[in-house]
Amino acid sequence: MSKKTLIPIGPYHPLQEEPELFKLYCDGEIVKDIKWETGYNHRGIEKLSESKTYDQVFFLVERICGICSTSHPFAFANAVEEIAGIEITDRTKYIRSIIGELERIHSHLLWVGLAGHFLGYNTVFMWAWKYREPVLDLFEMITGNRNSYAMFRVGGVRRDIEDGKISLIRKIMGDVKSKTDLLTGAVMDDPVIHSRTKGVGILTKQDVIDYGAVGPTARASGLAIDIRKDDPYAAYPLVNWKVITAQGGDVFSKAEVRLLEIYESISIIEQCLDRLEKVKGQDVNVKVREIPEGSGTGRAEAPRGEVFHFVVSDGSNSPVRHKIRAPSYVNIATFKKSCIGQTISDATLSLAAVDPCYCCTERMAAAYDLNSGERIMNANELINISVRKTNELKKNII
Amino acid sequence: MGFKDYCFKKSLWVFHFGGASCNNCDIEILDCLTPRHDLERFGILLVGSIRHADVLLVNGSINRRDKERLIEIYNQAPRPILVVAIGACGCTGGIFADSMTFAGPVDKIIPVDAYIPGCPPKPEAIIAGIVKLVSK
Amino acid sequence: METDRVIEKLKENFDKEIIEVVKKSERRATVSVNPDSILKIAEYLYKSAGLRFIIASALHTKRGFEINYHFSMDASGLVLNIHVILDKENPRIESLSNMFNASNWIEREMHELFGIDFLNHPNQEKLISEGNWAEGVYPYRKEFK
Repeated sequence: MSKKTLIPIGPYHPLQEEPELFKLYCDGEIVKDIKWETGYNHRGIEKLSESKTYDQVFFLVERICGICSTSHPFAFANAVEEIAGIEITDRTKYIRSIIGELERIHSHLLWVGLAGHFLGYNTVFMWAWKYREPVLDLFEMITGNRNSYAMFRVGGVRRDIEDGKISLIRKIMGDVKSKTDLLTGAVMDDPVIHSRTKGVGILTKQDVIDYGAVGPTARASGLAIDIRKDDPYAAYPLVNWKVITAQGGDVFSKAEVRLLEIYESISIIEQCLDRLEKVKGQDVNVKVREIPEGSGTGRAEAPRGEVFHFVVSDGSNSPVRHKIRAPSYVNIATFKKSCIGQTISDATLSLAAVDPCYCCTERMAAAYDLNSGERIMNANELINISVRKTNELKKNII
Repeated sequence: MGFKDYCFKKSLWVFHFGGASCNNCDIEILDCLTPRHDLERFGILLVGSIRHADVLLVNGSINRRDKERLIEIYNQAPRPILVVAIGACGCTGGIFADSMTFAGPVDKIIPVDAYIPGCPPKPEAIIAGIVKLVSK
Repeated sequence: METDRVIEKLKENFDKEIIEVVKKSERRATVSVNPDSILKIAEYLYKSAGLRFIIASALHTKRGFEINYHFSMDASGLVLNIHVILDKENPRIESLSNMFNASNWIEREMHELFGIDFLNHPNQEKLISEGNWAEGVYPYRKEFK
């Protein structure tokens, strides 16, 4: 006989908050099973890619995900340049890496804000997003747009970074570093956050290997895989930096890995800016005649993990087959291990720690009773429950 | 002033519905509430239920699964409701318009009062669009 | 070099099953194998050689349904593609999902989009469409004259 927890939902129609991504089946307070429904975001991109020319595909793949907007063009460019055997110039490599790392910074700051929101720390949310704004201004200055930058093309980049902009980039990186110190201090040393995130949503190293998880989700469980080190591309083998790992495998470790990666990204950008001044005058584009027949594999390290593109060409203007695998595809599957057995209030946090694309996190979850199948809570209520738990903990600790 | 003008005189509560989108527009909408643009000081809130909303923001290219949800949500919205289609995907389908899963731009599914184009539209553009709509 | 060593060991263990080996560079190689041996080869790569399964991609060509299973050796940056060609009329192959969870969703997706049957898959239900397109219609198949 299981206790049914029914929270009055009000004049909501059961269909209203769908499409849900995750359905949590609960017995009392504990999550016993999770079903994942998808397809609401299916846009047929792999098929669309076959009807566009190689240069047009960059605009298409950029819009797969707004937050990892550079990683997909990066991987696609790597794949096509591999088919055609194109060697890009050093200046191109530095510019591509700068854009890739700037994106990593803005994505991790975004995640820190969201994690704060789920915990009930709305100030962290507001601050993290406020300190993200200068990074978006930098993007606008370099590329013309705050998101969806359209910087990549086969054999190079579309825009150069002029000398006059470099000092502003350095100044803003200095600001971001000091603000990240602030956020790291606020998050890492708070006893309430420790008790809410340590030991929650644990993924062991064996789980990570079994599911093939990548990115910070894998690195937080001690598995040191990072495409920038394993299969180097662009300027990553030319500058000094290290792969950040943590051992706990829980939400706290995932937050720690992401915050520390911001510092590494800032260091990479500063080194690339120094080198840019040495390769002044180099062309940022290589002439490309045609893409021959063959196949190519391109990989890039997005903020969420490894992005994999496999392109098959038959010598014509468009790809014959373009297989895209985003990191969230493998990372989200790990929820089976990290969320089952947790209480409802922790399940939302564990899901957020995997960092699916924001849109997925917003309409993320609903809770269902295991035995009756009745829907008992929607996404907002799940967030409220998480916030309430934080407040309870605060009362006991402070 | 008429009943409709009376309803939209003060702070607007906004419900956001994202179709099959890339999330760029979603983030720019959320950006409007963060300290740089800070719409919350005018009382504009993002609400969790369509029943509390004055404005329905729709973005993303709608695919067949979302179409039914969108119609359902529009039917549940209390009248008067203003519908705003945001982004290139919301207005015309954008780059995904020839996809096999595309189910029509927003204005073929529900009546739209304002269009804010852009990919994504900057927060300033979204604010300007909403202000123009309300002061009409 | 790492890549040569991996390919040599693969040839040693599965010589009869390998049809062709193409080594494009130190970090990219493709091995075409007999579809019936996929389970043994994948087990060897995952358990003994310690490779990570990235994803699988399917392609419909005049020769039939071609699947590339992409494995990654993280220590050296090698991407090893195991390539199989399945029959045009009745494409079926053993599922890898009983061995590791990494291939569960992609096999469901390939079943939905191409109509390939993965034998012994734990739950071969629809992943992305949920009844949006008609039964028996596989959108990524092509028409060949």
